[in-house]
Amino acid sequence: MKILVPVKRVVDYNVKVRVKADQSGVELANVKMAMNPFDEIAIEEAVRMKEAGVASEVVAVSCGVAQCQETLRTAMAIGADRGILVSTDAELQPLAVAKLLKALCDKESPDLIILGKQAIDDDANQTGQMLAALMNLPQATFASKVTVAEGKVSVMREIDGGLETISMHMPAVITTDLRLNEPRYATLPNIMKAKKKPLETVTPDALGVDVAARLTTVKVLEPAGRSAGVMVADVAQLVDKLKNEAKVI
Amino acid sequence: MPILVIAEHDKAGLKAATRNTVAAARALDGELHVLVAGADCAGACAATAALEGVSKVLCADAAHYTDQGAENIAALIVSVAGAGGYSHLLAPATTFGKNVMPRVAALLDVAQVSEIVAIDSADTFVRPIYAGNALATVKSSDAVKVITVRTTAFDPVGDGGAASIEPITAGPDLALSTLVSRELTQSERPELGAASVIVSGGRGLGSGENYHAILEPLADKLGAALGASRAAVDAGFVPNDYQVGQTGKIVAPQLYLAIGISGAIQHLAGMKDSKVIVAINKDPEAPIFQIADYGLVADLFDAIPALNAAL
Ligand SMILES: Cc1cc2nc3c(=O)[nH]c(=O)nc-3n(C[C@H](O)[C@H](O)[C@H](O)COP(=O)(O)OP(=O)(O)OC[C@H]3O[C@@H](n4cnc5c(N)ncnc54)[C@H](O)[C@@H]3O)c2cc1C
Repeated sequence: MKILVPVKRVVDYNVKVRVKADQSGVELANVKMAMNPFDEIAIEEAVRMKEAGVASEVVAVSCGVAQCQETLRTAMAIGADRGILVSTDAELQPLAVAKLLKALCDKESPDLIILGKQAIDDDANQTGQMLAALMNLPQATFASKVTVAEGKVSVMREIDGGLETISMHMPAVITTDLRLNEPRYATLPNIMKAKKKPLETVTPDALGVDVAARLTTVKVLEPAGRSAGVMVADVAQLVDKLKNEAKVI
Repeated sequence: MPILVIAEHDKAGLKAATRNTVAAARALDGELHVLVAGADCAGACAATAALEGVSKVLCADAAHYTDQGAENIAALIVSVAGAGGYSHLLAPATTFGKNVMPRVAALLDVAQVSEIVAIDSADTFVRPIYAGNALATVKSSDAVKVITVRTTAFDPVGDGGAASIEPITAGPDLALSTLVSRELTQSERPELGAASVIVSGGRGLGSGENYHAILEPLADKLGAALGASRAAVDAGFVPNDYQVGQTGKIVAPQLYLAIGISGAIQHLAGMKDSKVIVAINKDPEAPIFQIADYGLVADLFDAIPALNAAL
C-alpha cells in the first residue's frame, strides 16, 4: 500500500506574525518557517503505518518555492521514503494545490492520501476535501484514529458534537486532527539519511495544471486589539466588577 | 440571482449555526433559499421556513442523507446550485460545513472563501488568517461564491418568516463511505458555540476529576457551557468537542472565564472576541492576562470554590 502525504511550509506556530505596514500581507522576511503542524501529524501517521507493515511506501509532496525542499527533507527525516517538489513561485491557493495533487495522484496511484486538516497560515481547511472531490474519492476529515483492515480504512473523526467513525474503500483521502498522534522528533542520523533520499522536482506546467489564483487579496489588516483590562485583588472584587461594571452576571 | 444557504440540522430542528449563516446571507443581495438535506427532516424544514428573511426551503428527503456524509451532500448541492443559478452558496464554518463545502467548490471549479467574518460586497469578504492575528480582505473572481461563515461574527436571525417548502428530488447515493458509529457528548448545558457564558478550563486543573469537581458547580450556577484548552483535551480531562481555539470551536459569549489556561495564541484565536474575559491563573506573567478584562492572580483551587460561594 502506498501513502501520499502533502506537506506545506508555513510560518512556525510559535511566531507571532505581524501585518505589513503597506497592508499587502504579513511580514515573512526573516521569519522562522516550519512544516505545518497538522502535516507533521499526517507524515507521522503514514510512517507508523509503514512501520506496522500496513504500508509499503510513503511519498511526501510539497508545492511551492524551492525552500519547500527543506520541508520535504524534514518529512523524509521522520520516515517518508522519497519526496516530490512541485516547484513554483506563484501564490498557490487550495484549489490549485488540490489540482496539482490530483495530477500527481494520477501518476502515483496512492491507496491513501493523508493531509493536515488545515494550514496554520491561511487557516483555509480545504485542500483534502477538494482533492477528494476532484478524484471522486471518499473523504474522512478531522481524523483522530485511523485503522486499515481488509482493504478498507476506518477513521474516527472529531466533529462538533463528539466523535464518529466512518468506513471507506480505498483509495481514500484523510485529513488529520491534533489528537491523531504525537509526531516524533527527527533524530540526527535520520536527518542525515534523509539527505540521501530521492527528491524529484516537477512543475505545474509539466503536470498540465493552471494554478491561477481565484482570490485576490485586497488588504490585510491587524485585528482590533482589546483595550487593557484590570487586575482584581480578590474574588469579592471580581464578583463586584462582573455585577456592577460589566453587568454580565 | 438567488442565494442558497445549506442548513445544518438534526432532522427535527435546526442547529443554531444555521441562523447565523442565514444572517450573513441576508447581507447579500438576492432572494434567499435554504437547502435542507436529510432523512425524515420535515421538522427541520418547518423550522427553516420560519426563519426571518428566507423565501423558499428546498427539502431533499432521502435515506442516504441520514448521516450527512460529505460526498452525497456535496453532490446534491452542486446539482441544486446548477439548476437554481445561485450566485452564493453559504454554510456555517462548523465541522459539518468545513467537511462539505470545499468539496462543493472543487466540483464547481471555484475557490472557497473560508470562515468569513464580514461582507464588504457581493464578491469581497473579510476572513481571519494566522489564527486571527490578521484579517484579510479577499475578492473572488469566480462566478459562484462558495463560503463558510464564522457564526460568531453574525447575530442569529429569529423567527417570523413564512417561506414555502418545496420538496426536491434527491441526488444519487454515491455509497463512497459508511457511518459505523457516532458518539455525541450528552449534555444538559447550552451548546458551546451559542452559549452566553462559558467556563473554560486548562491544564491547570490537573485532572479530569478536578475539572468536573471544580468547574461544574460554577457552570451550573452561571448557566454556562463548559469549554477547554487543547492541553486539557489532550490530557483527557474532557472530550474533544470542548476545545476552544484556532483548531477547535470559535466562541464569542458575553462572558468567558479562562481558568488555569495560559493564553497561547491558538487558544486566544477561539475566544478573543468574547465580550468580557475573566482570567484566573496563579502565574502573573501568563499571557491570558494581556487580553483579559478582569484578571485574578490566584490558585484556582481556592478561587473557584470562593467564587462559586460568592455568587
Ligand atoms: C497547530 C496547533 C493548533 C493548536 N490549536 C489549539 C486550540 O485550538 N486550542 C487551544 O487551546 N490550544 C491549541 N493549541 C495548543 C496551544 O499552543 C497551547 O499548548 C494550549 O492552549 C495550552 O493549554 P493550557 O493553557 O491549558 O496549558 P498551559 O499552557 O500548560 O497552561 C496552564 C496554565 O495553568 C496555570 N495553572 C496551573 N496550576 C494552576 C492553579 N493551581 N491555579 C491557577 N492556575 C494554574 C499555569 O500558570 C498556566 O498558565 C494548538 C497548538 C498547535 C501547535
